[in-house]
Amino acid sequence: MKIFVDLHIHTALSPCADNDMTPNNIVNMAKIKGLDAIAITDHNSCENVRACIEVGKAIDVIVIPGMELQTKEEIHLICLFKDLNSAQEFQKYVYKRLPSIENVVELFGQQLLFDSNDNIIGYKRELLLSSADISLDDAVSNVKKLNGVCIPAHVDREAYSIINNLGFIPDYLNLRTIEVSKKYNGKYGGFRTITSSDAHYLIDILERETCLNPPIRSIEEILNIL
Amino acid sequence: MIVNDLIEKLGLKLVSGESGVTKEVMGGYVCDLLSFVMSHGSKGNVWLTVQVHPNIIAVAVLLELSCIIVPEEIEIEKTTIDKSNIEGIPLLHSKYNAYELCGKLNSLGI
Repeated sequence: MKIFVDLHIHTALSPCADNDMTPNNIVNMAKIKGLDAIAITDHNSCENVRACIEVGKAIDVIVIPGMELQTKEEIHLICLFKDLNSAQEFQKYVYKRLPSIENVVELFGQQLLFDSNDNIIGYKRELLLSSADISLDDAVSNVKKLNGVCIPAHVDREAYSIINNLGFIPDYLNLRTIEVSKKYNGKYGGFRTITSSDAHYLIDILERETCLNPPIRSIEEILNIL
Repeated sequence: MIVNDLIEKLGLKLVSGESGVTKEVMGGYVCDLLSFVMSHGSKGNVWLTVQVHPNIIAVAVLLELSCIIVPEEIEIEKTTIDKSNIEGIPLLHSKYNAYELCGKLNSLGI
């Protein structure tokens, strides 16, 4: 069945994202825009995912647990998981390998933790905008072990792109989907391409632009396509 | 030596961040992985990098670097230029590549 998705959205936990990117604002905006499913993909963390899932349940928007991992090679990799537990397992693995650099709010922005009523329940101390000490290969392998899916983010952008940093997408990773911008010129053959918003502001969340066709409307079937 | 001296002696072009040209230059660093620079760069370093996105300014402020040189006159993003003016971090262009620039900086005693 045809569904509309946006699989790369940041909450205010990502320091570069607007403080208005709260669970209720994001999920309600997705609903208003007519989206069936979204993925919450903060930098190197999924601590706001649970709150978003709860809001999503109440208003029938599928919320896919995820994160935007920054690998050792400074490649941004969207990691999507079938359930919150798997995402949290991966987060444990990532957190152990993040440098303990403290966030500087004036430079990078706040890193806000929310509950499902958009109450701020904490501030993340460690800077999430660092590279995890995890190679691209290890990242892909560990996400797959948890039955998750990896999508290299914004490959046609210059910064933090797998193409820019490695020069190519290694075959042996068996990645099927790459994320491209709206200006993508069709350069990279052999992959399914998906456009996502990388929204750091509410207004950037996609309209009904990216369409998938899973057999049923579920996280598992969505990930099976990617 | 201050940033302005580097500009003169190496024929660099000041792109933006003019308010910072009196910063003292202490050593140099070449690296394009920002995370690495955050862990290994030092205060006062002149930083050579091909990265041109706005995060380079944040790193420069965090580490109190003296200036950033973008080699081979690679085009710098407007947001980065704007940020460098706000933060007073000189952004410099050179026609030379990073390897050549290192040699030149070395012979200046940096």
